[in-house]
Amino acid sequence: MVRQVFAYIVHKEGAADDTALEMVAAAKRIDPDASITAIVFGTGDDLNAACNEIVSSYQEVWKIDNEALSCPDAEATRTLLVRILPGKAIVIIPHDTFGMDLAPGLSIKLDAAYLPDAVDIEGVDENRLKAVRQEYSGQISTHVVCDISGGAVITARPGSFKAEETKGTGGQIVDKTAEALKGEFPETGRRFIEVVEAEVGDVDITRSDILVSVGRGIEDEDNMEIVHDLARAMGGDVACSRPVVDAKWLEKSRQVGTSGKTVKPKVYMALGISGSFQHQGGIKGAPFMIAINKNPNAPIFQAADVGVVADILDFVPELTDKINGSR
Amino acid sequence: MEILVCIKRVPDTSENEIIVNRNGTNIELEDLVYSVNEWDNYAVEEAIQIRDRVGGSVTVVTVGDEEAEEVVRREMAMGADKGILLSDEVFNGSDGKGVAGIIKAEVEKGKYDLILTGALADDGAGQVGGMLAAMLDWPYASLVICLEEIDDKKIKIGREIEGGNLEMLEINLPCVLSIQTGINEPRYVGIRGIRKTASVEIPVHGAEELGLSSESVGESGSNLKRLDYFVPDPGEGAEILEGSADEIVEKLVELLKVRGGIK
Ligand SMILES: Cc1cc2nc3c(=O)[nH]c(=O)nc-3n(C[C@H](O)[C@H](O)[C@H](O)COP(=O)(O)OP(=O)(O)OC[C@H]3O[C@@H](n4cnc5c(N)ncnc54)[C@H](O)[C@@H]3O)c2cc1C
Repeated sequence: MVRQVFAYIVHKEGAADDTALEMVAAAKRIDPDASITAIVFGTGDDLNAACNEIVSSYQEVWKIDNEALSCPDAEATRTLLVRILPGKAIVIIPHDTFGMDLAPGLSIKLDAAYLPDAVDIEGVDENRLKAVRQEYSGQISTHVVCDISGGAVITARPGSFKAEETKGTGGQIVDKTAEALKGEFPETGRRFIEVVEAEVGDVDITRSDILVSVGRGIEDEDNMEIVHDLARAMGGDVACSRPVVDAKWLEKSRQVGTSGKTVKPKVYMALGISGSFQHQGGIKGAPFMIAINKNPNAPIFQAADVGVVADILDFVPELTDKINGSR
Repeated sequence: MEILVCIKRVPDTSENEIIVNRNGTNIELEDLVYSVNEWDNYAVEEAIQIRDRVGGSVTVVTVGDEEAEEVVRREMAMGADKGILLSDEVFNGSDGKGVAGIIKAEVEKGKYDLILTGALADDGAGQVGGMLAAMLDWPYASLVICLEEIDDKKIKIGREIEGGNLEMLEINLPCVLSIQTGINEPRYVGIRGIRKTASVEIPVHGAEELGLSSESVGESGSNLKRLDYFVPDPGEGAEILEGSADEIVEKLVELLKVRGGIK
């Protein structure tokens, strides 16, 4: 029997998200012969454009078209999914902020297993799905087994599954709107008001060639001076990880990561940053990356080109002095 | 407003390097320093601030062993009014659904208008809040970074989405929210504050008090099991500069010059 896998498609302004094809790759890791169905929620031209863009990569594309789906609504989406999915379905959803809103509750409503934030999938043996997850902000990995006999909701980390060239799968678009809506849009306890864009700061780090980025390892606001000094010496701008913004030591507009800015500098210096995937998700364009961290096992060293195992409070001032002295 | 906040005691990653034990069955537990999950501190602070604005009470609850009591006391020292420990041997090995089910049973013994959790804990799953809401049939919103009361039927919230944008929503009470870091500045608790809560009686509820069968929780009720812990092969990885501090600084300055890292 051909195994069926469903993939939730994220799209914006008529274009499918990068994850749309990553979900195909993830589904094939479950079962290379799986029949993969994309599910796309939205409305009008944008929805049609997203469906057309991906249709050749999926066996089937289910579209659900309703005006109320023009803005994201995880609560309504969950109810609609429960109405259209077959029993014991296996569903893959990108582990982004929408997936985090949708997926845990969906697993309960489907009475299915939940496998959150998978970074790799190693296949299925009987009803045991083997996968890789990370814990402690990526410091440790675990192999997990998930009992999928009653179905499963899986969220897949964006960027972890390499999208392959899958054109020519020869799919078709099936309009599932009537089946999903059953005449009425689901009532939920939540109403969308608006999206408020993040504030623009004094410096636009997305345009910087040289970024000196600081993390929780700086320990105290008083120590921030050494970071500014180094950035000045290098002729770069100061950026940071999330905890530095949470502590109000720098403005939100300086935060690099999935919930901050996406930067593409030539040189990225990470000081006291562990290297969580949410942070690394904001670094694009393969910069020359230098990581300075006192923990030799920090995940950032896997992403960096050059590493220094040191205490930034000692090392950074020495580096600044050397740069200033070598001019 | 009656508010319940779900908290977890976790290894403090800023105090320890987390390493895998010798046979890969767990992390190395010796000498681990534990604390309250970072996200939960923001959730408790938010609950205290809401209570101080509109009245009501804040209860913190955790599922864990007897050592988890220390985080309940800590959050009470922050200002929570009550603490509850959900503890039973049969709870060991519960997955996210198991934990959500245990908390649900406790929720049904009380009367809450609002339940807060942290958006994420040490296992990176971010699942208990959403599952709990679905079990209770309450509305849910994750990654909440701002919150404002409207009236006793609904509140206005902002979810932090990609790029730091805010998805503004109105949500009916009772509801479950997962709280993102940065929503507030959690207050500092000194040793003295914690000492004051040292003698407070913390009720402990087990499977029987909660009316839970042992099959629905623990290993037996769990769909997701860990096989092992490991550190992935670093692959390419960074070239680690070696030598004396002077030598390293020198090498690094040379590299920066070549790569355009010094303007
Ligand atoms: C939905 C969501 C979105 C998120 N978005 C973002 C985002 O956009 N950007 C972001 O950055 N994070 C984001 N996060 C948070 C992310 O998960 C991590 O918590 C965060 O990136 C950790 O920041 P850090 O590396 O500075 O701190 P930590 O992980 O605490 O790491 C600190 C590092 O400093 C090192 N260190 C400590 N002291 C010293 C010293 N004296 N010298 C040298 N090294 C030292 C430690 O070894 C450690 O590696 C998000 C989380 C969620 C749930």
